[in-house]
Amino acid sequence: MATIPRRQTLKNTYRERYVYRRRMFVCIVLLMVMTGVLVSRYTQLQILDYDIYKTQSDRNRIQLMPIAPKRGLIFDRNGILLAENIPSYTLTVIRERVDQLDETLAIIGELIELSDDDIEQFKKRLRRRRPYEEVPLKFRLSEKEIAIIAVNRHRIPGVDVDAQLVRHYPQGELFAHVLGYVGRISEREQDTIDPVNYSGTHHIGKIGLEKYYEDLLHGTVGYQNVESNAHGRILRVLERHDPLPGGDIQLHIDAQVQKVAYDAMAGRRGAVVAIDPKTGGVIAMLSTPSYDANLFVGGISGKDYRALQNDNDLPLYNRALQGQYPPASTVKPLWALAGMYYGVVTPATRYADPGFFSLPNDTRRYRDWKRGGHGASVNMDQAIAESCDVYFYELAYKLGIDRLHDFGTRFGLGDVTGIDNTNERGGLLPSRQWKRDTRGSHWYPGETINVGIGQGFMLATPLQIAVATSVLASRGELRAPRLLAAVGGEPVEAPLLGKMEDVPESQWDAIQHSMEEVIYDVRGTGRSLRKGLQYRMAGKTGTAQVISIAAGEEYDSESLEKRKRDHALFVAYAPSEDPEIAVAVIIENGESGGGVAGPVARAVMDAYLLNSPDVASGEQQ
Amino acid sequence: MSQSDFLRQLPSGAGPMYSQRTLSQRLRIDPVMLFLLLLLSGVGLMVLYSASDENAAVVLRQGRFLSVAFVVMVLVAQLHPEQLQRWAPFAFIGCILLLIAVHFMGVGAKGAQRWLSLGGFRFQPSELAKLIMPMTVAWYLSSHPLPPSWRYTAASLVIIFVPTVLVATQPDLGTSILIAASGMFVLFLGGISWTFIFSAFGLLLAAAWPMWEFVLHDYQRRRILTLLNPESDKLGAGWNIIQSKTAIGSGGFEGKGWLMGTQSHLDFLPESHTDFIIAVLAEEYGLRGVLLLLLLYALIIGRGIWISTQAKHCFGRLLGGSIILTFFVYVFVNMGMVSGLLPVVGVPLPLVSQGGTSLVTLLVGFGILMGIYADERLVHQ
Repeated sequence: MATIPRRQTLKNTYRERYVYRRRMFVCIVLLMVMTGVLVSRYTQLQILDYDIYKTQSDRNRIQLMPIAPKRGLIFDRNGILLAENIPSYTLTVIRERVDQLDETLAIIGELIELSDDDIEQFKKRLRRRRPYEEVPLKFRLSEKEIAIIAVNRHRIPGVDVDAQLVRHYPQGELFAHVLGYVGRISEREQDTIDPVNYSGTHHIGKIGLEKYYEDLLHGTVGYQNVESNAHGRILRVLERHDPLPGGDIQLHIDAQVQKVAYDAMAGRRGAVVAIDPKTGGVIAMLSTPSYDANLFVGGISGKDYRALQNDNDLPLYNRALQGQYPPASTVKPLWALAGMYYGVVTPATRYADPGFFSLPNDTRRYRDWKRGGHGASVNMDQAIAESCDVYFYELAYKLGIDRLHDFGTRFGLGDVTGIDNTNERGGLLPSRQWKRDTRGSHWYPGETINVGIGQGFMLATPLQIAVATSVLASRGELRAPRLLAAVGGEPVEAPLLGKMEDVPESQWDAIQHSMEEVIYDVRGTGRSLRKGLQYRMAGKTGTAQVISIAAGEEYDSESLEKRKRDHALFVAYAPSEDPEIAVAVIIENGESGGGVAGPVARAVMDAYLLNSPDVASGEQQ
Repeated sequence: MSQSDFLRQLPSGAGPMYSQRTLSQRLRIDPVMLFLLLLLSGVGLMVLYSASDENAAVVLRQGRFLSVAFVVMVLVAQLHPEQLQRWAPFAFIGCILLLIAVHFMGVGAKGAQRWLSLGGFRFQPSELAKLIMPMTVAWYLSSHPLPPSWRYTAASLVIIFVPTVLVATQPDLGTSILIAASGMFVLFLGGISWTFIFSAFGLLLAAAWPMWEFVLHDYQRRRILTLLNPESDKLGAGWNIIQSKTAIGSGGFEGKGWLMGTQSHLDFLPESHTDFIIAVLAEEYGLRGVLLLLLLYALIIGRGIWISTQAKHCFGRLLGGSIILTFFVYVFVNMGMVSGLLPVVGVPLPLVSQGGTSLVTLLVGFGILMGIYADERLVHQ
């Protein structure tokens, strides 16, 4: 014993066995107590509460059924309904009540039309149901189909017709790009939503406002305990917890103005955005051509979808939020203001315009749109009213890209505006940094010249152009544009992102004057809009080149294919003494900013400011 | 001690001693335990036949799993506890590495990563941990004097903590509870001081309140409350519990009869093949059936405890005791959660619930137990 070192002196085998036995005894006592707990629990369930559970199991299966909440309605600012819920009849199957599924499907197929697609989708849904859930088989049953099913009910136990509220957009394609649409919950979405809250819901916001405010619009699920007979028909509701309906929301959108804009576009491709500069509320937002959002609610057919997708005019494409165009001459007021702000020019500064501009020590000629130029001494009013390019080539060159970039940023250019909608794109306000990061090269002075007339690398969405115009109108208040005005009567504020208090009033006055000259000067590019105008308007025209024209080459629109013609742009705000609306219009390949895009903007402003006195009162509320 | 060392050095197959041994001794099998386990498996297959809507294919498949598992059990019984003791630390390190691997390249379903896929063969390292855990703690404690000092206790707790957390974060709460329990049992049986046990409990309780009040987010609190009281979530987790309680309660004392359970046969009862199978048994055989099943479990556990107390090696004793006590935890947690007594954490009813992996783990455990027993009988002769 003594020969074994260390361990023997420390380890006592007998004591260890003794400890083990004592501990095991404690365990045995504990085990018995716990077993006692189990026995008493099962005794309680099976003997004491036997009657309760027996009845529960016998009472022809009490079921807990979710009740889907009603989706919130969407109104325009005057209470016109933009999205509502209408009853739709769905053929449903409770799998547990059906003995032979294939046989039942065959019978249904004889009674009413049932496509392979219906059956395939149904089988997919069948895999993720909960017990005794009604799984939809066919949607939007006609009156006749409902009657046929009702008569043959006895032949197909477990099959039922379910009335559901389904989203409907009464204004059709007018608001497709504002509201977006709801659609059936996809398998991918199933994994991201709260399965309990959506247990009775079949639709979810897919795009646009419907998606952005999904949480607001959806509401909270309710449930009911129902008693049903052996064939799955509900006999009695035992207990009901009502669902909490989704919030009704009111938009800043004015449906009448939107309609006027739509009509004024007359089927041309383009976008119209109108913003209230005081609130950031979006009065109208249109992208044409559009599509009927109702097609997507019940699941669009492959044929319809392909037709929309293959349409050369891209109706599914939201030009207002995603279309990135050169803002062209519509940025000139911004750069003129930048010129004053940085002390490069005053309203009285005059530049010579021989019809072209060249950088020092460079022979390349940057041409004015007007052959021969606008004269030997062009001041700011004239430069904006007549949209003189050379003036802005020189101004941009003197300001330099860094200051242009900094100033443009304050108008919301170069980044998403943060509107309450989906898939917005951010345009492009180029800078040295951007060029280094994306092109890997440094900035050339010639590139600044192009930015001076809103071309070159520069891109902006119609929404961004409208926001920039709204900043001009409100004298420096940059707001994230808002579609949502109120939820359940409670108004929602648009966040103020910035206020340019460092720009003196006199400079705003000068820019406003120049923009009024666009309309009121005899040589103003928007002079055709003046006729019969009942309020003062400040505006700016623009034409964006779709293809670049080499120096010295003549622009001949007749010889160009239609799709290569210039885009027509027009921005304006009114009444200029106290602006209530700022508008941006872009018409693809429309060629003339003042002649084509201008009238659309004027129609929108007329509709908003003159046509409807109830609009003004609605706004006061 | 010295006697067993002497015997192990006997030339194998040396003479008369071998010829006197019975078949079960030569196979190193405990016939009593084997009989009880087979009986339990038979009951399990019968209940499964009903739970699967009289689907013979399901029962045959489970039968095949059982056969494989019993063969594995006999093979494991051939190992000597000393061998397990030697392997324990290496097995532990390997197991930790596998558990870490699961976190990075594991595959899984329903938001949990539990499986490791090795060349087409998938397995759950957490199942390995259920056995390697008590082995490791038993190895560690038995190589030091018992009852363990505070230092060894603390080191053992670290050994228990690491794999438990790795499994709990997969997340697999049920398995991590079983793993932690198996390690704790070894510590307890090893004679860890009562002062330690009570102060640990006190500390845990004292830490719970500030955690709840200041550390946890609202949604985390809600999840814990739902776990503790699933019936508050009627359409989600509550559904299972409401249905299983109805199934159990409506069985009464005598039960509705084999294949007559309406709750299970009308698909009201979820997971009726697996974790919730006791509800099928309770509905069809009533409280009578439940008590008989508990008796069967009690006999198995009793036999297991007796075997463990016979072991003269400290390692075998601790390991055997932990294995059989963990077996009880399976039974208690499963029957508790299905009857709404405990939160639903996903622990199968041993040898009755359908499923291959846990079956193999369980019977490997019994194989180890039999190996310990066989060595003791050798000593007695």
